[in-house]
Amino acid sequence: MSTAKPLAIEARGLRKSYGDSTVLDGVDLAVPEGTIFSLLGPNGAGKTTTVNILSTLIGADGGEAFVGGRDVARDADRVREAIGVTGQFAAVDKLLTGAENLHLMGRLHHLGRRETRRRAAELLEQFDLVGAAGRLPSTYSGGMKRRLDLAMSLMGEPRVIFLDEPTTGLDPRTRRTMWTIIRELVAGGVTIFLTTQYLEEADQLADRIAVLDGGRIVAEGSAEELKRLVPGGHVSLRLHRLDQLEKAANLLGATASDPEQLTVQVPGDGSVASLRSLIEALDGESIEVEDLTIRTPDLDDVFLALTGRPEHRKESTR
Amino acid sequence: MSTVNHALNDTATMFRRQLRHMARYPSLTGMVIGMPVVFLLLFVYVFGGTLGDGLGGPGGGRDAYLAYVTPGILMIAIAGAVQGTSIGVAMDMTEGIVDRFRTMAIARVSVLTGHVLASMVQILLGLAVVLGIAVAIGYRPEAGPGDWLALLGVLALIAFALTWITVAAGMTAKSVETASNTPMPLLLLPFMGSAFVPTESMPGAMRWFAEYQPFTPWIEVTRGLLDGTGVAGGDLALTVAWAAAIGLFGYLVSRARFNRR
Repeated sequence: MSTAKPLAIEARGLRKSYGDSTVLDGVDLAVPEGTIFSLLGPNGAGKTTTVNILSTLIGADGGEAFVGGRDVARDADRVREAIGVTGQFAAVDKLLTGAENLHLMGRLHHLGRRETRRRAAELLEQFDLVGAAGRLPSTYSGGMKRRLDLAMSLMGEPRVIFLDEPTTGLDPRTRRTMWTIIRELVAGGVTIFLTTQYLEEADQLADRIAVLDGGRIVAEGSAEELKRLVPGGHVSLRLHRLDQLEKAANLLGATASDPEQLTVQVPGDGSVASLRSLIEALDGESIEVEDLTIRTPDLDDVFLALTGRPEHRKESTR
Repeated sequence: MSTVNHALNDTATMFRRQLRHMARYPSLTGMVIGMPVVFLLLFVYVFGGTLGDGLGGPGGGRDAYLAYVTPGILMIAIAGAVQGTSIGVAMDMTEGIVDRFRTMAIARVSVLTGHVLASMVQILLGLAVVLGIAVAIGYRPEAGPGDWLALLGVLALIAFALTWITVAAGMTAKSVETASNTPMPLLLLPFMGSAFVPTESMPGAMRWFAEYQPFTPWIEVTRGLLDGTGVAGGDLALTVAWAAAIGLFGYLVSRARFNRR
């Protein structure tokens, strides 16, 4: 990993417990400036607690954390000047219109009247909320509320942005819009700390991913590095006739076969050369193949392998 | 210096936020103003004839009671209005926006000060309406210009104290439902003081309580100023002392609660 860039976020040994239940059990983090870091984990893993500590909302019981080089516990106000937070639940004022919400943020950042108006207009434009600016958030769709929420976080031009499950509950199209916005932010040089339970989201956006489970980081790396942690891919062949299943399995050295589905699974990376030799071998024995799927490991496999407990399995299977 | 400036700016911003909330949600303000008006009319036109005779003054009757009860109704107006403050604060604390405020470099207590100032505006508005209606049905205060000014100061001070204590109630409550019940006793206290009948008419222990609880000096000072008969120094000192103590206590509890989470 590269440590050439200065760290925007750094945490060492963060601990937090509520009564008997330990939520964070020694979490270490290092996020270089200008990158997207994703904290991935099942519900209840401690993602939100981590964000709350780093964004000065709650104190840690142990360990230390720095954002923009400032101690979140001792120098909270300096940290607050540098961050923007968009939580899981829309943090907008429901009795103020979209524009008024942005103006409120501008005034609290002491931007001055003109700068507040200029920046609010710019963000309304950028986030496609111009038409909704004069309406109350209660009339907004879920995606519009999230966009307003994020726009509010950006009024103060933060250097570090915390996004706690920013796309949970959004439809696929709106999710993609949010991804585009997030990518644009990073292009502008800010650092993003993103929590998500969507593996695809982390895969799409993050430079580095940490998997949090039971209050501990169980794996960390780029999406590619994490995928290498789990057993490789395989090719799944569906045959035409049941009586050829065993023959095919023996011939190809299959690791698994399923008589009900008429499938055999063969280890392999799915390259053209390996596929060609598979097909040729089957042709030689006159075994008919109905269809063929190539499965490469994705973050789902990583997630399930690393956080693999039955109750999580259910939630994270899409 | 700039810290003080920022704190004042943030307070003004939060005050504007609350004023806008009031404008968006006018039914609450309507209730705050309507409730004491109903009390005024109820006590003057239902109980007033009999209670006025019992005051033992030269005139007696409904008109005498109107003059007696108006200062008491003003206290009811304040005590009633702050019920809404507690609910408003508790509701605000359940909103995500407050967590956003906590992650911003702002004067933290300004979130609560905004509530206090907006509630005071609401209360002063209510008091003006109550006084206006009292005058419309025949009340004739004898206060001079100095008295009016002093009255404004005293009522604002009382409103300030009771608002902070109900902000504390709203901050301490575990739910919005609890927050709506906690300040209820404030509404009963004027009844257990000199708002509706003179304390001399009460039996021993009740009278002792009535004379030493904060509402009685508040009511007596208000009454003295409105009647233009002057104010006893002891009552004024008690009024200021009670208001300062209650306000400070409410402020400290609220601030500690807000910072705790």
